[in-house]
Amino acid sequence: MSKQMMLEVTEVEPLTPLVTRFRFEHPEKAPLPIFSGGAHVVVEMPDGEMLRRNAYSLISDPNDASGYEIAVRREETGRGGSRYMHSEVTPGTRMRISVPTNLFALDPRARKHVLIAGGIGITPFLSHLRQLDLLQQPFELHYAARSRDEAAGLKLLPKSARIHVQISDEGNRMDLGEILTGQPIGTHVYVCGPEGLISAVLDAAARHGWPKGALHSEAFASPPPGKSFTVTLAKSGRTIEVSASQSLLEALEAAKVEIDWSCRGGACGRCETKVAACDGQIEHNDHWLSRDERAEQKKIMPCMSRFTGAALVLDL
Amino acid sequence: MPNTSFSPSIESRPTYAGLVPQGSAPSIMIADAEGAEAIMDLAERDAAVLDQAHLIYIPKGAKFGSKLAELGAKGYHEEASLDAAMTLINRLLGSAHMGTQLYLAGSEGMMGRVSALALSLGLPLDAIQMEHRGSIGRPMQCVHCKGVTQDVTTDPFICSHCGLTLFVRDHFSRRLGVFQAVCVDAETPGVVPEIQEITA
Repeated sequence: MSKQMMLEVTEVEPLTPLVTRFRFEHPEKAPLPIFSGGAHVVVEMPDGEMLRRNAYSLISDPNDASGYEIAVRREETGRGGSRYMHSEVTPGTRMRISVPTNLFALDPRARKHVLIAGGIGITPFLSHLRQLDLLQQPFELHYAARSRDEAAGLKLLPKSARIHVQISDEGNRMDLGEILTGQPIGTHVYVCGPEGLISAVLDAAARHGWPKGALHSEAFASPPPGKSFTVTLAKSGRTIEVSASQSLLEALEAAKVEIDWSCRGGACGRCETKVAACDGQIEHNDHWLSRDERAEQKKIMPCMSRFTGAALVLDL
Repeated sequence: MPNTSFSPSIESRPTYAGLVPQGSAPSIMIADAEGAEAIMDLAERDAAVLDQAHLIYIPKGAKFGSKLAELGAKGYHEEASLDAAMTLINRLLGSAHMGTQLYLAGSEGMMGRVSALALSLGLPLDAIQMEHRGSIGRPMQCVHCKGVTQDVTTDPFICSHCGLTLFVRDHFSRRLGVFQAVCVDAETPGVVPEIQEITA
């Protein structure tokens, strides 16, 4: 778990009917740690009985220590984190925020950066753009959104011939083949957005002969809700109920079982936990474990994954 | 003679997985000496690899030139030395697009130098296919004078630039494409271990 700071919300601005921007500053205006493009913070939300912790990409200037900004899309079918941000948080609210962590940094060896965003996946690129401007490196940004209501980036993007926006409701679609053809040697591709877009980009890149090392992706994953289930802890013998709208990690935290975590989105690997016994099926929703590891059912990522079956015993 | 298998060493020491055909894609193929045989093996497995390939060959005295020329690559270029070939390699790599396949076969000196150039152009390491054939002579950089001695086959050896007696290490610089060599008798001048042939 990263170091945390208590910050104050100073601005709440609806960018579109679905997406709101929040700005956090230190209550005494102390400078915050600067970060790098693509970094995220984990925001703590004391939602009734439950303590939610959601990761959000920083959209402000990485070199600006005066505050952090995030953009949150309201997810009606999510577990409640984004609804909490939209309905409970107002200017003056104090919230516990982690120091920034980056799992989606620009590769400094690249000679050109091609950024591909889908929907709310635009957020990490907003800080990337600031960093690329400072570094004066070549880039192009391709931004696809279903509708203008969803395209929160439109308000925050600079005007540039290198930024291409496709709104599918208006009949414009991204042509991945064209984007990935004829890019000069040393170009790296970064994609963030829904799973479908990420796999479409990675598949198209493989078909066009791109090396894996030049491809970077970040899924906008928050733990999916599901059916409630029970886990047993091998060392203490305790049993813990995981409710339908709770992740396994949140249920462990609510039961005061502290395990290490960082991204809470199945990408960083920090919360990897050994499974002592499994009679049933683990629903692996992470991007960390390999195909073989998933099949073995000897490890689970509590931040994202769930379980259905008779018994799941964790080595905790 | 197949791809040389080197004995296990530190992680820094490059290993070469061997060339795997990637079909009819734009390609740059560079081979020196016995590396020619790896290109011929590659073409035998899938002749389509030559459809859009520039093949550059540095014979270093080997006799595979005419056979390579007959393979039917889109472009075939024979060069007298790696130094002489670098102008063309620079131009081909520098104007290449992502998706261009890079195949290197032959000595560690050639593969190290070309892969260092490709990395400096922003190509990731996993985009560079390499297969070691022929001499196990190594490119060694003297860490004292920074001069590079090519095709070193003994340990220790004499730096061709500053004359120090150098110990052959497995530490490899990807940035420079050379192994690192350090003075073997710095603390006991003149006390030099017996010279041995290096092994794979």
